[in-house]
Amino acid sequence: MKSWRQPGFWLPLVIVFLWGGIVLVLRQDTVRETAFTVLMFMALASSLNILLGYTGYVSFGHIVFFGLGGYTGFYLISEQGWPLLPAALAGGALSGVIALLVGLAVLRLRGAYFALATIGINEAARAFVSNFGPFGGATGLFVNFSAYEKYGGAGQALWTTFTFLWITTLAVLVVSYLVKHSRFGLGLQAIREDEDAAMVMGVQAPRAKTITYVISAFFPGIIGTLYFFKNGNVEPGDAFQLHMSIEMLVMVMLGGMGTVLGPMVGATAYQGLRGYLLTSPIFKDLHLAVAGLILLLIILFVPAGAVGWVRGRLPALRRVLE
Amino acid sequence: MMILQVQDVTKRFGGLQALTDVTFDLPEGQILGLIGPNGAGKTTLFNVINGVYAPNKGKIIFRGEDITGKPSYEVARRGMARAHQVVRPLHDLTVRENVMVGACFGREGHSLTQAAHKADAALAQVGLAARADQPSGLLNVAQKKRLELARALAARPFLLLLDEVLAGLNPTEISEMVDTILKIRDEGITILMIEHVMQAVMSISDRIIVLDYGQLIAAGKPEEVAANPQVIEAYLGDPEMTARLMGE
Repeated sequence: MKSWRQPGFWLPLVIVFLWGGIVLVLRQDTVRETAFTVLMFMALASSLNILLGYTGYVSFGHIVFFGLGGYTGFYLISEQGWPLLPAALAGGALSGVIALLVGLAVLRLRGAYFALATIGINEAARAFVSNFGPFGGATGLFVNFSAYEKYGGAGQALWTTFTFLWITTLAVLVVSYLVKHSRFGLGLQAIREDEDAAMVMGVQAPRAKTITYVISAFFPGIIGTLYFFKNGNVEPGDAFQLHMSIEMLVMVMLGGMGTVLGPMVGATAYQGLRGYLLTSPIFKDLHLAVAGLILLLIILFVPAGAVGWVRGRLPALRRVLE
Repeated sequence: MMILQVQDVTKRFGGLQALTDVTFDLPEGQILGLIGPNGAGKTTLFNVINGVYAPNKGKIIFRGEDITGKPSYEVARRGMARAHQVVRPLHDLTVRENVMVGACFGREGHSLTQAAHKADAALAQVGLAARADQPSGLLNVAQKKRLELARALAARPFLLLLDEVLAGLNPTEISEMVDTILKIRDEGITILMIEHVMQAVMSISDRIIVLDYGQLIAAGKPEEVAANPQVIEAYLGDPEMTARLMGE
């Protein structure tokens, strides 16, 4: 399989590449902020989809890797003076290591038990960080304004952060496609459909699931570092928001789990809707209730999500809409 | 040469004694039929042989190697494949992709490209080649059984475990499937099959073993087993009563 010849490989990359490029050319702060949020959720939802969509394991507390990785990266920048790029990679690496250790324990669980365990992990991490001295405890950490000097001032630092996020998003999409279209990914999809039958066919399920969990945790760690660096501070309440985990799930389900394009479509659509709801006088306090309702309706009526639905109706588009 | 040796295998689930001291050998190149009433422990025996469950006691020796307690994927890689009783294809994938899973993760561990070729060959062998590009969810029961068989074959196993591949098929489909199974045997693959369709299993098995309440109660050539009073009793109850009924 030559990935680079497949339209389904290029379509998501070209969209994100052009969009990020246009934002960089326009150079307007408001446009960048909107794009930052949407790209961030695209990358987070795509990371979650690598686990949820391909192996069928529902991680309800996936935001823990965003939080822990973000805290680690932020700590390295603000307290140890590391540059952004290595700090972000270190944040991702830490999330990956945590996923490896946690995965060895909880990936034995299936279905609802796994989902519940992942919520527990998120809450445990929040409690730990709130009491962990080096991470500033409950008040969190702040970045010294002088840290932005290296990047040519605070304004320029925000553009650099955006560029890194843009590249990270492209990387997640490439990894997502390659995993889906590899021998490894075929094994994951077999696990999703019937784990026992997959093992009887020779799929090393425990190892495959753990590797996938690590991949899907690595990128949120990078994204967390970028996000908190952009904000200039990090605190436990922002880092481990359970509702963000649920919103990630909504995005994946809305766009179509198990597809590369689905989480992109889902993240964009959900962010658009969320923007409308938050500014609407009637719904402004109800956006999470609406998210819950959407999740319920998708699972009941369109379990394949938007991209999955189109793929089912128009088989001719399958090679384009991966 | 014995491809499979099952020695004193015992399996308990809590208080339930599912298998008691089951012992038998399977020579290479044969078809061995495994029969017995419902609940006799046939599928449990398969699960113990291919590593889905570890036995409480006893040994499984496959091609001279002790594989007792190895996980099912390790057993699969050593060349044992299985077609399940309850067919659960990977619905979102095409028929070909389903079979590729067997080729990729089976004994030979092919890459995706090679696996696609192996999958096409296995699909041709079971008569499903025309449906290779269809989503597997669209197949009917007989086709799904064939898909299950193709997935197992694509792994290029030494030993194939078939769990009721004839159940739910009509007489024409049964005779086609029997032909396919015989061809697989002729290629040198040893087969251990659980079957309830007696006429078919009696006609194609080289030997038959009978399981009742988790114990092996008979073993031998099909005609010997069919005439064994213990076997008749296990299936039909009182042998004298059966003889009387058959006589009428």
